[in-house]
Amino acid sequence: MTTVSMTVNGRQVSADVEDRTLLVDYLRNAISLTGTHVGCDTSQCGACVVHVDGRAVKSCTMLAVQAAGSSVTTIEGLATGDELHPVQAAFREHHGLQCGFCTPGMIMTAVDMIRRHGGQLDEATVRHELEGNICRCTGYHNIVKAILDAAAKMQMPAAAE
Amino acid sequence: MYATNFSRAANLADASAKMGAATDGKYLAGGQTLIPTMKQRLAAPSDLIDLTRIPDLSGIKADADTVTIGAATRHYDVATSATVRGAIPAIAALAAGIGDPAVRHMGTIGGSIANNDPAADYPAAVLALGAGIITDKRTIFAEAWFQGMFSTALGTDEIVKAIQFPIPAKAAYAKFPNPASRYALAGVFVAKMKNGSVRVAATGVGEGGVLRFPALEAALQANWSAAALANVAVSPEGLLSDIHGSAEYRANLVNVMARRAVAAAG
Repeated sequence: MTTVSMTVNGRQVSADVEDRTLLVDYLRNAISLTGTHVGCDTSQCGACVVHVDGRAVKSCTMLAVQAAGSSVTTIEGLATGDELHPVQAAFREHHGLQCGFCTPGMIMTAVDMIRRHGGQLDEATVRHELEGNICRCTGYHNIVKAILDAAAKMQMPAAAE
Repeated sequence: MYATNFSRAANLADASAKMGAATDGKYLAGGQTLIPTMKQRLAAPSDLIDLTRIPDLSGIKADADTVTIGAATRHYDVATSATVRGAIPAIAALAAGIGDPAVRHMGTIGGSIANNDPAADYPAAVLALGAGIITDKRTIFAEAWFQGMFSTALGTDEIVKAIQFPIPAKAAYAKFPNPASRYALAGVFVAKMKNGSVRVAATGVGEGGVLRFPALEAALQANWSAAALANVAVSPEGLLSDIHGSAEYRANLVNVMARRAVAAAG
């Protein structure tokens, strides 16, 4: 067993796990953050996407010890209190989820995508960038709409009082 | 996944020492192939030695004739590098098409080259450009490096430090991805070097991994245009045949992708 410590959603966490423990299992089992999902477990579906040091990665394809000392953000870390993150709000508004299983990974991928592309997002880019996220309800159309809307809103300067 | 012991190497000497002490150690870079392989129990190293925190193993530099990419440089950083985009845009575009965004944030060029998956993208660029693979012991050129599927000239205790690409006059990469796996069913890299020589290498098609296509090279040497390839037959001999496509289908794809690449290179 190795003591693996990292910052998750701004909170310092630590747990004794085997070196072979995947980051997703560390998050779900060792520190009880079950918002990050395991879908395919073969790095294809993207349900397990989290941010490690500011970059989206598949937490089923990374060991927890690889992330030791890193700063990790999961779906639980996006909202501010009761206020949803703009991407979460857009998914709700545009019905960007059906069964909801892929949603945490979709949203973490979307937040990363918007950060990297800023105002440069168009529909073709969003669809291409979602290559590593699979929705088995096939609800891509509304997911794309939600991401484009969130990107536009996040670019808008705050309205003057 | 079977149990394993993980450690981070502080520098190259530390990495070698840790490998020497391991029963059956394996160097770990981005892990985007090795970890899935371990999860399937197709690999079970006693020790994993993480190379990604070694200073100087990441980063990109260029001079008038070459671009040198540190082995632990992530695909995303190659794809977005102003240096690579300026000197060899074909490599930036190739890196931008590997896997998906999350995979590109983790996967490294050194890992890709050391693993030598027959459908990996980077080997096509390395072979077509005649790149040098710089290890902690020597420099090995592409022709000697690739030794068949998942096989290279790399010694078990040898570490890839960087890949040095000569800057070509023109180059481009065109890939036909498998619609499901997104791995290259055929990925063709064409390069016209500054001395006028032409090289064409393809991934995803060869029974022995990445390979060059002399007939296509000769046609492009005479006339650098997509039209010059229209009537050049690619032999299916030695090409992969599996549920994803026959050798004949892949041979045709090599020609089609080569034409697209030449058109893109301009």
